[in-house]
Amino acid sequence: MASNNSIKKTLTVALALCIVCSVVVSTAAVVLQPTQQKNQELDRKSNILQVANLYEPGMDVDDAFDELITSRVINLETGEYSDRFDPQSYDQFEAARDPATSRTLSGEEDSAGIGREEMYSTVYLVGDDPDDPEQIILPIRGQGLWGLMRGFFAIEGDGNTIIGLSYYSHSETPGLGGEVDNPRWKSKWKGKEIYAEDGMSPDISLVKGGADNKYEVDALSGATLTSRGVTNMLHFWLSESGFGPYLARFHGNSEGA
Amino acid sequence: MAADSVKDVVLSPVFKNNPIALQVLGICSALAVTNSMSVSLVMGLAVIAVTACSNLFVSLIRQHIPSSIRIIVQMTIIASLVIVVDQVLKAYAYEMSKQLSVFVGLIITNCIVMGRAEAYAMQNGPVMSFLDGVGNGLGYAVILLIVGFFRELFGSGSVFGYTVLTPVQDGGWYVPNGLMLLPPSAFFVIGLIIWVLRSMRTEQVEKAEYRIVANSKAKIKESV
Repeated sequence: MASNNSIKKTLTVALALCIVCSVVVSTAAVVLQPTQQKNQELDRKSNILQVANLYEPGMDVDDAFDELITSRVINLETGEYSDRFDPQSYDQFEAARDPATSRTLSGEEDSAGIGREEMYSTVYLVGDDPDDPEQIILPIRGQGLWGLMRGFFAIEGDGNTIIGLSYYSHSETPGLGGEVDNPRWKSKWKGKEIYAEDGMSPDISLVKGGADNKYEVDALSGATLTSRGVTNMLHFWLSESGFGPYLARFHGNSEGA
Repeated sequence: MAADSVKDVVLSPVFKNNPIALQVLGICSALAVTNSMSVSLVMGLAVIAVTACSNLFVSLIRQHIPSSIRIIVQMTIIASLVIVVDQVLKAYAYEMSKQLSVFVGLIITNCIVMGRAEAYAMQNGPVMSFLDGVGNGLGYAVILLIVGFFRELFGSGSVFGYTVLTPVQDGGWYVPNGLMLLPPSAFFVIGLIIWVLRSMRTEQVEKAEYRIVANSKAKIKESV
């Protein structure tokens, strides 16, 4: 056993161990990657279908998604559809990190707390005509109490009436802020409206003590900061900095074509 | 040590020498992942797999590990196994791995895994070490499931996701106890489990390290 402690043996063991372990770890990562990506993709698609109220348990998510939903990339600043990126492969979280395709948000403007905003975003449309869709599903994100919350926000074709809000990734306290996942709370969003008057300043917000008009939704009890995070991120993404210019195009359209 | 029977090695960590209840190891992850039973179960299985395999591999190469770097060698093996487990969960139990999030990765820091590698696998043969790992992982999983059972039952009114006590939100009578969903409640539940275990098996109660005696200073004062 004494020879085990020679420098040569120590280095050999360390080197051999590192090589074996790195081979094992990288094999696992490479072999399992396709399955993992499929899972993530499936999860994202079923979330989009859920927020659009098109999801039925047991359905084939891939097929339904391809059939019902069109993905498009838009230029956030102008609100126009853009062909610069392929909607199937465009990754807006990646784009938000790249200085060439994103911009830094200054303190005042960054109410969602995301730091950088991409210049192009994916939107998901239900219906055949991209200029008069039945539903528009927007990806939104922002700071909650404990971390970034990511979700989808579904709106009717008039760019104003809300269908639903759903988060697919967040780290809020279970039972309190985590109630953003509660179906009863989520159902409160349906039929509410974003803008009280034409323009790009959203009025929809979470209020304490009972919502009493169509621009208010009940806040989550015991989760003031999560509720504030949700309001802030909606205000950011629905304003001029976010999807405001894009949604403004639809304001003339009739509700739910 | 060669006299250890298979049954002893596997079963004694479950109640007699439980890593959580007696040795009070691995508490942090027990607090974090026990708010529902299915999550506790997956976490328990992951820890069983990691403890068993790390014990096996450490034991296989124990004759060749230089003592100066043995902790690093053990850590490397454990860390690699944890990454593999994490990748497998992401591929085949995606929903579950989303709920477990960082806690699978944190198995690396679970004292049970490394404690068994250092205390048992370094001195014993591969088969027994493997079984010892299974036993200790099992001990951890059992406590996790018990804690998970109480937390899910009282916190959400369900067991394994099936509603048992219908909560008020869904029109039932049971008012869920929000505290049970928060990590501190696991402290209370684990504390109660330790209490029950030690009342049943009094040999687990440690001897007091010192005895509190009556205040002697007061007497001196009196005499002055």
